[in-house]
Amino acid sequence: MTVGDAPPLFCARQLRIAFAGASGPVEAVSGVSLEVRSGEVLGLVGESGSGKSLTCRSTIRLLPHRARLTADDLSFEGRDLLALSDRELRDHRARNVGMVFQDPFSCLDPTMRVGEQIAETLRVNAGMDKSAARQRALEMMELVDIGQPDRRYLAYPHELSGGMRQRVAIAIAVSCRPKLLVADEPTTALDVTTQAQILALLQRLRQETGMALLLVSHDFGVIAQMCDRVAVMYGGYVVESGPVTSVYRAPLHPYTRALLSAIPAIESAGKRVRRTGIPGQPPGIGEILTGCPFVPRCTLAQTACTTIDMKLQEVSPGHANACPVTTEAANASPVTAGDNGARSVPPAGLPGVNAAMDVHHAVPSADGAEHLMQP
Amino acid sequence: MLNYFARRAGIAVVQLLGLALVAFALIHLVPGNPVRTMLGARATPEQVAAATRRLGLDRPLVDQFGSFVWGLLSGNPGQSITFAQPIASLISERILPSFLLICYGLVVAIVVGTPLAVFSAVRPGGAFDHGTRLFTTVAFAMPTFWLGLVLALLFGLKLHWLPVAGYTSGFVGAIRSLTLPGVVLGLSLLVIVVRTLRTSMRKVLTAEFVEAERARGFSTFRIVTRHVMRSAVMPTITVLAVNVGFLIGGTVVLEQVFQIPGVGSLLFLAVEHRDYPVVETIAVMAGAVVVVLSLLADLAQALMDPRVRLGARTV
Repeated sequence: MTVGDAPPLFCARQLRIAFAGASGPVEAVSGVSLEVRSGEVLGLVGESGSGKSLTCRSTIRLLPHRARLTADDLSFEGRDLLALSDRELRDHRARNVGMVFQDPFSCLDPTMRVGEQIAETLRVNAGMDKSAARQRALEMMELVDIGQPDRRYLAYPHELSGGMRQRVAIAIAVSCRPKLLVADEPTTALDVTTQAQILALLQRLRQETGMALLLVSHDFGVIAQMCDRVAVMYGGYVVESGPVTSVYRAPLHPYTRALLSAIPAIESAGKRVRRTGIPGQPPGIGEILTGCPFVPRCTLAQTACTTIDMKLQEVSPGHANACPVTTEAANASPVTAGDNGARSVPPAGLPGVNAAMDVHHAVPSADGAEHLMQP
Repeated sequence: MLNYFARRAGIAVVQLLGLALVAFALIHLVPGNPVRTMLGARATPEQVAAATRRLGLDRPLVDQFGSFVWGLLSGNPGQSITFAQPIASLISERILPSFLLICYGLVVAIVVGTPLAVFSAVRPGGAFDHGTRLFTTVAFAMPTFWLGLVLALLFGLKLHWLPVAGYTSGFVGAIRSLTLPGVVLGLSLLVIVVRTLRTSMRKVLTAEFVEAERARGFSTFRIVTRHVMRSAVMPTITVLAVNVGFLIGGTVVLEQVFQIPGVGSLLFLAVEHRDYPVVETIAVMAGAVVVVLSLLADLAQALMDPRVRLGARTV
């Protein structure tokens, strides 16, 4: 999957999202810049509260009422999303972007049959008539591997398992052939076996339709397995971004390095290895930090770090880093840059990204064993 | 589904029996004697004893309760003591105005309350929300008889739009004579409709599936009318069903104020004269209405919300 110089599908420059707080506005996203190109898979990784959910929701401007969004540029296929009227915005949401949420237990209307919910989306957003929408909904259910669609069409959400519900949600999201699918932690609420199936399904749909995928996760293993590029978020900033192989093999930002070193590798299975984790807590909402938000937890922090402006500096083609300390070190000795990280890096192909994920490769899917994970 | 219905109906029967017992016990506990009230203070003890025997009031209470329940079940609750008339015909003559009045009140509460609740819920904390809260609280806080009198004064005596009191049969007559008490009854119920509907709508509006539907590009109108309302109206329907009992209580006062010959004013007279059988019958009827309505509300809930159907199958 080479991306090349395709024009960006979604583009955000200096995206800021703030909430009104007791003592002035509180920024949850502080100047994020990112691009999703046609057909690519961009991963957005970071821990809870890093701003990744808000950032991905800005693709359709779906923010809480109290949130204030500003940006130098927020556009989809070159169209300014900030200038859209309510009607145009609804149209954009209906046609261009599909969204899958974290919790399949609560993202479907509990009082409506799941098939009807898919069909309703097709009727409203694609203007289909009743019988055509029903027919297409059944096809969509087949497409997302829901067995016996005729029977499941009539089921209510509470009658389906979590994985099945997430498949319904995915069917709804892709039903109108969006150019971009945003998946906000789509597997976090599911058990591990189902996780692997859902990721495989997303991968297959993406390959079949050529749509771009913005995948949000706190699990670097998932990101490494699915994505072309990754943006690492911390405290409302993108701290590092680049091709997933490059970020994975040679992480630059101290936060990325700490994140990667917290992932158990398959080579260590059975050995007693103490995972360092990241000491300290991520910054709380409303905590005013100047400079780099990672300073309190960073082992490389210097006094100057509290005054930097978190601009991403390109270190190698496509790979950018917001930490001046590690950028400088990388520029001084590019070959060893990656080895500053706390972990030894596995060779090509990213095997053993996440021990748990590797286990799934051998686990057949519960509904008929067709989909195994592709590393 | 059938199973669920059968169980709820069984519970309703037990509730009604309990209600009959309570109504019977309460009116017999109230001091005062229907025979004394009927015959006047100068009646001799012999006369009183004879009348008491004639009316069967000297029998043991258990016997009296038994024939009361049997009378209700057989549809013939007996004679009124005061009015010397069969209770069945007494009530059937007066049921229509009361029934229409309660329906009028419900319609006013729902028709006025629903849009108030919806717009308040969509923009919580806005001027409309605050205005609605103020208006409904004030409407609730005013005693029905007082509000009734004020409206009668304004629209009846000053503006001559509507009759001040009395009841005319016929469609137009009924509408005209029931408008003022109906509005008063509706206003007293309004706060319940607005508060419960607004609260449950807020809850549903913040549910993730609403956000997911926004993400699909659905309009707020579609989300509210097709999805939010389905989940949100149920608590309101249940509360309304239970509060019809409150409305029946309201009709007692309003039928007095507006001089409407309904069951409410009959109940008033019957209590005044310690007319045991009439009071008991009306009390059980009112209770039956509430029990049946809440049974219907539960059934409606089961029909509208699939999660309520117990023993739901798993696909």
